[in-house]
Amino acid sequence: MGKFIRLKKGFDINLAGKAALKISNTEQAETFVIKPDDFHGIYMPKVLVKEGDAVKAGSPLFHDKKNEKIVFTAPVSGEVVEVKRGEKRKLLEIKILADKTVESLSFNKYSVSDLANLGREQTIQQLLSSGAWINLVQRPYGIVADPAETPKSIFISAFDSHPLAPDYSFIYKGQEQFFQAGVDVLKKLTTGPVHVNVHSEREISPVFAQVKNAELNKFSGPHPSGCVGVQIHHLDPINKADVVWTINPAGVIQMGKLFLNGILDTTKVIAVAGSEVSEPQYYKTYAGASVKKFLANNVKSEHVRVISGNVLTGTAVGKEGHLGFYDQMITVIPEGDHHEFLGWITPSASKVSFHRAWGLFSFLNRSKEAVVDSNTHGEPRAFVQTGVFEQVVPMDVLPTHLLKAIIAEDYDDMEALGIYEVIEEDLALCEFVDVSKHNVQSIVREGIDLLANA
Amino acid sequence: MKFLRNTLDKVKHDFEKGGKYEKFYYAFEALETFAFAPNTTAGNKGVQIRDGIDLKRLMMTVIIAMVPCLIFGIFNVGHQHFLATGQAATMMDKFWVGALQVLPIVIVSYGVGLGVEFVFSMIRRHPVNEGYLVTGMLIPLVMPPDIPLWQVAVATIFAVIIGKEAFGGTGMNVVNIALTARAFLYFAYPTQISGEVWAFLPEGAKTVAGYSGATPLAVAAQSSTDGTNVVAALDSFGAGWAEGIYSFSNLFLGAMPGSIGETSTLMCLIGAFILWATGTGSWKIIVSVFAGAWAMGLLLNGLAVNPYMEMPAHYHLVIGGLAFGAVFMATDPVTAAQTETGKWVYGFLIGLFTVLIRVFNPAYPEGIMLAILLMNVFAPLIDYFVVSANKNRRLKRATV
Repeated sequence: MGKFIRLKKGFDINLAGKAALKISNTEQAETFVIKPDDFHGIYMPKVLVKEGDAVKAGSPLFHDKKNEKIVFTAPVSGEVVEVKRGEKRKLLEIKILADKTVESLSFNKYSVSDLANLGREQTIQQLLSSGAWINLVQRPYGIVADPAETPKSIFISAFDSHPLAPDYSFIYKGQEQFFQAGVDVLKKLTTGPVHVNVHSEREISPVFAQVKNAELNKFSGPHPSGCVGVQIHHLDPINKADVVWTINPAGVIQMGKLFLNGILDTTKVIAVAGSEVSEPQYYKTYAGASVKKFLANNVKSEHVRVISGNVLTGTAVGKEGHLGFYDQMITVIPEGDHHEFLGWITPSASKVSFHRAWGLFSFLNRSKEAVVDSNTHGEPRAFVQTGVFEQVVPMDVLPTHLLKAIIAEDYDDMEALGIYEVIEEDLALCEFVDVSKHNVQSIVREGIDLLANA
Repeated sequence: MKFLRNTLDKVKHDFEKGGKYEKFYYAFEALETFAFAPNTTAGNKGVQIRDGIDLKRLMMTVIIAMVPCLIFGIFNVGHQHFLATGQAATMMDKFWVGALQVLPIVIVSYGVGLGVEFVFSMIRRHPVNEGYLVTGMLIPLVMPPDIPLWQVAVATIFAVIIGKEAFGGTGMNVVNIALTARAFLYFAYPTQISGEVWAFLPEGAKTVAGYSGATPLAVAAQSSTDGTNVVAALDSFGAGWAEGIYSFSNLFLGAMPGSIGETSTLMCLIGAFILWATGTGSWKIIVSVFAGAWAMGLLLNGLAVNPYMEMPAHYHLVIGGLAFGAVFMATDPVTAAQTETGKWVYGFLIGLFTVLIRVFNPAYPEGIMLAILLMNVFAPLIDYFVVSANKNRRLKRATV
């Protein structure tokens, strides 16, 4: 029986441009990429293909020199058109021009009953060789899971509480069979339970509600209730030397298809949303898709910021960019590179703010959908501890003290204050609400990297 | 607007790295961001949108919360002046005399303090932080109306340099800067900041018969020495020239001698309401300071061996600078305890020590200043225990 956990702290940012619940039939994106920077904990990628090679979905593109078992494979079939490198020949991305119909390498196929008897080693082998493995993220550190570890539990957050996030009951509709098979696969990997976490006040898709072989937990409260790190903290906190894995439902379904159908199918339904999208709706595509086709004739103005992911944790990729590996949405907002006369004091009801300080009236009408641009609304200043970080982190973690420990590079304190329990997204709201405009998420990552490489 | 923007854009490159006035970049940045919120955008990775708040707006909110105290203070300086000299005066006269006396102090505090800030920002190459906007208003409000302007200037320079910049600037100071200024004057020029300085009386001014400039704190301390009832002494104070000036209701309203902005408990409570409603000051600290003072007052009542100890506990909340200190000084986010649990302890101890110092230490009639400075120093220790508790909870869960 799962648990019910009520969270109070946090903040929902109500943005304009929610995706309508329909799937567009726009033609498919042409190019797909896989970027090593989407993954943490990769030591040095070794490229296994060259430009001009034909690949199928599931063909290896590169592996990590530190751990060659972890293979990063092609999300679609087609031709490798570019192996893009940056300074010091650092691998930036591998781009594939997709075939009209996507074909996969074939992998072992199992019936539901065969799957039940499949051993752990064989399961891991198939996940690794197909590339489906990289959907598994390991805590602490938020790195690609290490197949040599056995996690104490596996967590699936079955709702996304970020601004404009896709509706999981819509994008995973009809995937019951594959989700269940994926959960069965995951169950083999851990000694403990598989947790599936839903939000108590949202429609719970039968995909999750009827899941067997897993604990179904309910959460309530504002964002970041959907962040899996927050959920882990309340269900089975990560202590020193603990290992926990997380995966999103898209990854679970991909694993289910891998074992039931014997193919690597990276199909995902993504939301294209935000105030600058003319027709915000959903699109069916594959991992790493070019955003170009989704935005053609679909953007209201020229001067926009195209984000792979959501406005709190995403990456600005530009109009020619590609979807990040774990991302399930594209957000388009106005670019905010304009000055504002006396902008620090003029009253405004449209400036979205968690605060209620003089002139910030957005708190009077939280239900109003706001258009927010990328302006920082202020300049970097010294840390002033106003107690506001603590109001948006629903965990028994002291964010200010943790951040200070990271900045001071105090390893013992970082560990004692709970750095193993967080990754960037869990503290993203701190970065949003910060009066002094610090880059909280990159501070968190610096701290994690310090410990991970210690 | 357009013209101003264009001018700024035209000269900006002179201040940037490699420009003619590179040294003055942060001074330029302070003025530019004062006129225009910057056009910077969020980075490529991480949050793509930012909250509408910035440090300037936050500080401005605190200043707005102080405005009732300032306006009442200006009125009260004039009011006390005419009370002491026995002249009849209209409301306008009182505001006029008060403004003439108070505004120069405000101007000196801001001018000198911001000057030091700008110089340091250039030497130390850090942005001018907006914290001084609040400090610059707090300093005049805790000064006696008669204070010579040069003393305000010296105290401000001392406080900003020794109290703040020596520790690394805004956000790193250990003790409250405005109180440092006040404490500096208290110990450097003790004769000018005690005794008959709490009403504005220019040299040669004639006072009414029976006039005494003693504050309620002094009256209470005196009656305790004399062995007479404190409340009776307060009630009968001012007989002949200002009947009932130290009655409980007037102590609450604040039309009495004292530092410029801190006499009125009512105005402080209005400020507290603004801080609470806008979420800019910790209500936990404000409430716990009052609670601590009241609890200590009650305790002393129970153990009373002299008239000061017998003074009803609620009198402690309205005399002296307790309310002002609780609302505007103790809540300074930099020097207060930073953990939520710690804030309760921190505030409560400030209230407690204030009353303790008042009642038992004849050398220091007012305790709030020293109590806050003391707890500023101990705030990190309080936090240390709260943070250790958090660490221990985590440690207990672990198996290795």
